[in-house]
Amino acid sequence: MSVVKPKDLALTEERLAPGHRLCPGCGEPTTVKLVLKASDDPVIVCSATGCLEVSTSIYPYTSWNVPWIHSAFENAAATAAGVEAAIKALKRKGVYKYDKVNVLAVAGDGGTFDIGFQALSGAFERYHRIVYLLLDNEAYMNTGIQRSGGTPSYASTTTSPDGRVIPGKIQTKKQISRIMVEHEPAYVATISAAFWQDLIQKAKKAFAADGPAFLHSITPCPRGWRHADNISIELCRLAVQTCIFPLWEAEKVEGKMVYKLSAPSKQIAKNPDKKKPVVEYLKLQGRYRHLFKPEEKTDLINKIQEWVDTEWDIILERCGEK
Amino acid sequence: MMGMNGDTACAYAVKQCNPEVVAAYPITPQTIIVEVFSEYVANGEVTTEFIPVESEHSAMSTSIGAAAAGARAYTASASQGLALMYEMLYIASGLRLPIVMTCVNRALSAPINIHGDHSDAMGARDSGWIQLYCENSQEAYDTVIQAWRIAEHKDVLLPVMVNIDGFILSHTLENVAVLPDDAVKKFIGEKKIPVVKKPNGELTPYVLHPDYPVSMGAIDLQDYYFEHKRQQAEAMKHALRVIKEVGEEYGGLTGRRYGLIDPYMMNDAELAIVVMGSTAGTAKYVADLMRSKGVKAGVLRVRSFRPFPRDEIVKALSKVKACAVLDRSMSFGSYGGPLFVEIRSSFCYECQKPIMINYYYGLGGRDTPPHLLEDVFYDLKKIAETGKTGEEIRYLGLRDDREADNYKAELISFKDLNEGKIGGR
Ligand SMILES: Cc1ncc(C[n+]2csc(CCOP(=O)(O)OP(=O)(O)O)c2C)c(N)n1
Ligand code: SF4
Repeated sequence: MSVVKPKDLALTEERLAPGHRLCPGCGEPTTVKLVLKASDDPVIVCSATGCLEVSTSIYPYTSWNVPWIHSAFENAAATAAGVEAAIKALKRKGVYKYDKVNVLAVAGDGGTFDIGFQALSGAFERYHRIVYLLLDNEAYMNTGIQRSGGTPSYASTTTSPDGRVIPGKIQTKKQISRIMVEHEPAYVATISAAFWQDLIQKAKKAFAADGPAFLHSITPCPRGWRHADNISIELCRLAVQTCIFPLWEAEKVEGKMVYKLSAPSKQIAKNPDKKKPVVEYLKLQGRYRHLFKPEEKTDLINKIQEWVDTEWDIILERCGEK
Repeated sequence: MMGMNGDTACAYAVKQCNPEVVAAYPITPQTIIVEVFSEYVANGEVTTEFIPVESEHSAMSTSIGAAAAGARAYTASASQGLALMYEMLYIASGLRLPIVMTCVNRALSAPINIHGDHSDAMGARDSGWIQLYCENSQEAYDTVIQAWRIAEHKDVLLPVMVNIDGFILSHTLENVAVLPDDAVKKFIGEKKIPVVKKPNGELTPYVLHPDYPVSMGAIDLQDYYFEHKRQQAEAMKHALRVIKEVGEEYGGLTGRRYGLIDPYMMNDAELAIVVMGSTAGTAKYVADLMRSKGVKAGVLRVRSFRPFPRDEIVKALSKVKACAVLDRSMSFGSYGGPLFVEIRSSFCYECQKPIMINYYYGLGGRDTPPHLLEDVFYDLKKIAETGKTGEEIRYLGLRDDREADNYKAELISFKDLNEGKIGGR
């Protein structure tokens, strides 16, 4: 696939129009806009309930320049499956004008890791040709920052607050993308808006895939992560540089899922000195404040680092880099 | 003429309608529909995209996605399955998507019971779905075909639930007169897309189509939600007319006419049973029996429960001396079952009204043989003669188990439990 030039991207239409009501610095619209730009074909979007949905569709206004539907919280994949099936059947009946229309399901981590997992797993098993975009901001933001299966250890949320006894969420983050790879779909990739060229290439692959594709985006939320709203992209970059969110993709090759490390993470794999300590990422975010104040809790920070190292090892192994 | 059970009759009708998308999940006693339809798909008898989803929640979600994209969508469910769909039922009707579903009525757990009663559909009473109740498999077949026309009518645009009694209809064989495929195709016609007004006044087709970037299911706050709900209420009112029109037109084609209600010997009836679903068949048989004994008995079957044909029911019952409303589902803590409450309130401002009593009957598939309905007519006779109502809310075919009625649980602590206070091992 040819490399995308920023100028070309800038010239494509905005499918998610400006003027939405997402918070300043929110990672969601940036990711969605970029992903939508990667499709040369028409796109129909199926949103799950969440920040993106409520902030872009307050009747009588809408930010969507493409056909868009929201039906509920846990069913973006099932709704998308219905849209895809309808198009297939209408084409078969000879009443559909377009040959290729991409169906994009968009959901947050709550709508994906937790309540929406069943519908997602079902749709992928049935092999619907949909692209599922996970906007992972690591908590339920729309209802006010509650923990999700995607919330990482020791992050403070309103249902896993840091208290005198419990230091934030005590469980680890569910590795949703690897679980999705085990579904053996056509394509799975992790993306970060800081590496937009990599993101666009992967989104293009997802739209071109002959089966279900899963895009997992790290999506900072200044409200929930409690960071300055002008460092969102910086955090997207640091997440990759610290290996807390490695960039990779997995594709079906001759029936087998083959993992591949993406360039930004590959550089770190080749040159481990470049791997930044996770503390650099943590200290910028208020949700980890209790790890640094009133005194630095080295043991907990080390535990996070250990977890990151282990997970990074697993990815390197899967990608054949070890 | 074909020998079919209620489920097969529905599946056959759906085959002839050939909707673009069928998404379904099996649950007894609906399973046959999914299985039979899968065979049609496997044999290439339909061009439908069949999606064996992983849950009923997804069955309805997928139907919603499909209908939103401009397809005809069908699904079928029952009981726990319908309950799992509950959230999506409101979304289907609120988004004004003309989906058709067969609900093979079954009791809800707990205790688990797979047999027929109306508690599943009643749980969805206020979800904005049109609810039609069928008396037999013939009507099930006929109603599935009519449902598309009602649902897709421009003044309605609401989903339709075709209800058939679990096992009694779903699993028993009957002769069903079927139409030729072409006649069905012609009757339901080609699916049309509604054109709606955008908030800025422009017109747009209401469908997810690349050429028209419409947003469906937007967040609708205090400033618009109420108006949209009012529109739904109006659509239900229009459905009263449309159900009759479609039923008449279908009658022209088949000789089988359908309306909102189905009065049987009600012209001069003094005593009447009001009922929905298959029990109407038994009631009609019993009414004949009573007539032969000189009792002026009649049966009023309510076919359309939503929309509720208030005026027609009042008209049909106002000259009756006493009537018994039969409810096949409970409304716990309410003064009477859903049908009874609705009919009683319909008469609120009427001067001429029958004495009304309510029977809960047939829950969890409890048999309702003719002699029980005979008893109801005898009860009504006594009430009409004496003018005394007696117990207004009654149970039909329930064991008179006073001990069970009066049983009050005793509570013990974990300490008592550990010490074996009430026996155990
Ligand atoms: C069945 C159901 N349960 C709960 C809710 C309330 N709810 C709406 S959005 C949301 C959280 C969304 O979180 P996430 O999926 O992470 O998306 P985000 O808002 O963070 O982008 C919840 C709990 C709902 N809409 N539906
Ligand atoms: S709360 Fe977070 S995810 Fe939601 S709009 Fe604001 S920044 Fe974005």
